[in-house]
Amino acid sequence: MARTTRNPALAAFAVFTAISTFFLITVGGLVTSHGAGMAVPDWPTTYGYNMFAFPFSMWLFTGDGIFFEHSHRLVASAVGFFTTILAVWLWINEERRWLRWLGVIAFLAVCFQGLLGGLRVTLYKDEIGIFHATLAQLFFLLVAAIAFFLSKTWQRLTARSGSIEFHRYFRPALLSASVLIILQLALGASMRHQHAGLAVPDFPLAYGKVWPPTDPAFLEEANRKRHDHRDFHPITAGQIHLHMTHRLTACAILLLIGACAVLSRKAANANSTVAKLTAAWFGLILLQALLGAYTVWSNKAADIATAHVAVGALSLVFGSLLYIGTAPLAARATVRDPIAASIPEGSPALG
Amino acid sequence: MKNFTNNLRLILSGDNLLPILNFFTLEIMKLNRRFMAFAALVASLQLVSAGDVTGKITLKGTPPPEKDIPVDPACGKIHPTKKTRLYVVGSGGELADTFIYVKDGLTGKTFPVPEKGHLIDQVGCEYTPYVSGAMANQKILVRNSDPLLHNVHPIPTVAGNKEANIAQMPKSKDLEFTFAKEEPFLRFKCDVHPWMFSYVSIMNHPFYATSGKDGTFKITGLPAGKYTIEANHRKAGKQTVEVEVPESGSKEANFTLEAK
Repeated sequence: MARTTRNPALAAFAVFTAISTFFLITVGGLVTSHGAGMAVPDWPTTYGYNMFAFPFSMWLFTGDGIFFEHSHRLVASAVGFFTTILAVWLWINEERRWLRWLGVIAFLAVCFQGLLGGLRVTLYKDEIGIFHATLAQLFFLLVAAIAFFLSKTWQRLTARSGSIEFHRYFRPALLSASVLIILQLALGASMRHQHAGLAVPDFPLAYGKVWPPTDPAFLEEANRKRHDHRDFHPITAGQIHLHMTHRLTACAILLLIGACAVLSRKAANANSTVAKLTAAWFGLILLQALLGAYTVWSNKAADIATAHVAVGALSLVFGSLLYIGTAPLAARATVRDPIAASIPEGSPALG
Repeated sequence: MKNFTNNLRLILSGDNLLPILNFFTLEIMKLNRRFMAFAALVASLQLVSAGDVTGKITLKGTPPPEKDIPVDPACGKIHPTKKTRLYVVGSGGELADTFIYVKDGLTGKTFPVPEKGHLIDQVGCEYTPYVSGAMANQKILVRNSDPLLHNVHPIPTVAGNKEANIAQMPKSKDLEFTFAKEEPFLRFKCDVHPWMFSYVSIMNHPFYATSGKDGTFKITGLPAGKYTIEANHRKAGKQTVEVEVPESGSKEANFTLEAK
């Protein structure tokens, strides 16, 4: 098979793999939201069965914990399989060497990710779970980026002769916001895997204050007042600080992406695709902030907390691809007022 | 005494030092044997003179209402209440599931570990008992009396006590766990059914009890002496009292905890 830079079937398959990965992250979110991460105590077997031969009756009807955890394992296996196909297909068919190697990295990452998931179960380590959850977000970004590089949009962007002279702080702000989102997702993963999402049970205040106390007497009192059928671990001062840092980082991200939206309009005209996409990203982040608040208000309802994970993943990918997508345009920028010259009104270049 | 004078006469009739040394060695050994016997007698008297601490736990104030448990269909058929049991309180404020133990007064003493295991059962998708105690290194047996599987997941927080997570099929053999270090309210949970918990306090001595539904408790066999007794409820907090246990009979220690 001859190598090419444009294979619609491969591009479609990469999109499919990215969507599957997003689905996997959502199912993973359901596992932690339901506190079911340890509901299947063995790995790689499931209650002593080969994972793929686990009886349907036990999977579906024994309890929610087994349903979510075993489903996560099956979907993860499928994503591992799809990623393997994607890597091999890229290696055989893709002309761009760097993209072929991205496929190899994705393959290695999904193997490592599966191993981490298993070790989390067998070694009883929350820390591994936190790393597993954070790597999942980065893996999703990698697969989405591969899909983007295989897309017609990327080809148009790189083939185009025009350019956009963005505001000098626009792209650095995009990058900073994306990096902050990664940090935020890692903080969120730490909270989820320590079941510290409700370490501060009210919002926008924290225990009725701007910054809550964390002395031992306060913690003892706060822990006694926690009434929940899930009977979470007692909260610690560290978990309260973690929770508050998550809130502060959320504010920083919101401000930064708001600034991106403003800056995008300063360079491109208000109707340009880049400005619209940046505004959409800001909308996504607003939704994410609302979901974060609602997670607290709903006493960490599983579906809300999971939606918070899923939208977080989408926010990271959206912003990162926006940064990547604007790179060819910015690189060619030579003149100011570039939009009209480079991207015609209604151009589908980034759509 | 007669033996002593006979031995002395015998020794003094000799003319070398060795028999004298032998004499003293022999007498010291005899004395030592008598001392050991005396110590054993004192120890047995101590046991005979051991007393009990009895009392009642009362809750002051109104506890928050119990939460609904979102049981799945399988457990929904067998779970007794479908409610949490954070406060089990009688009409007169009698508070169950309070762990009462000797907090201070036993320092330096060691106690044999019971050979009999401490049993926790899973019945109706609930752990029974909810709160209990066991000695360090005592076997803790976990039974599954339910018609469905559970995973038994003790999660200690004290270094030296090991976490485990083991599947347990319906009506299968009891699982065995031991924990070497003292730890209050060591948590056992089932991740398949995330509302299932049992809290076992691991102690270095056998002087503890859990209050029943009538709020009462009894710590038995406590040697006479002064002690600090603590009552600790997971939600209502803890309280200590000083007691002097008599050589026989029992001493009363009542506690009033406050609903949070």
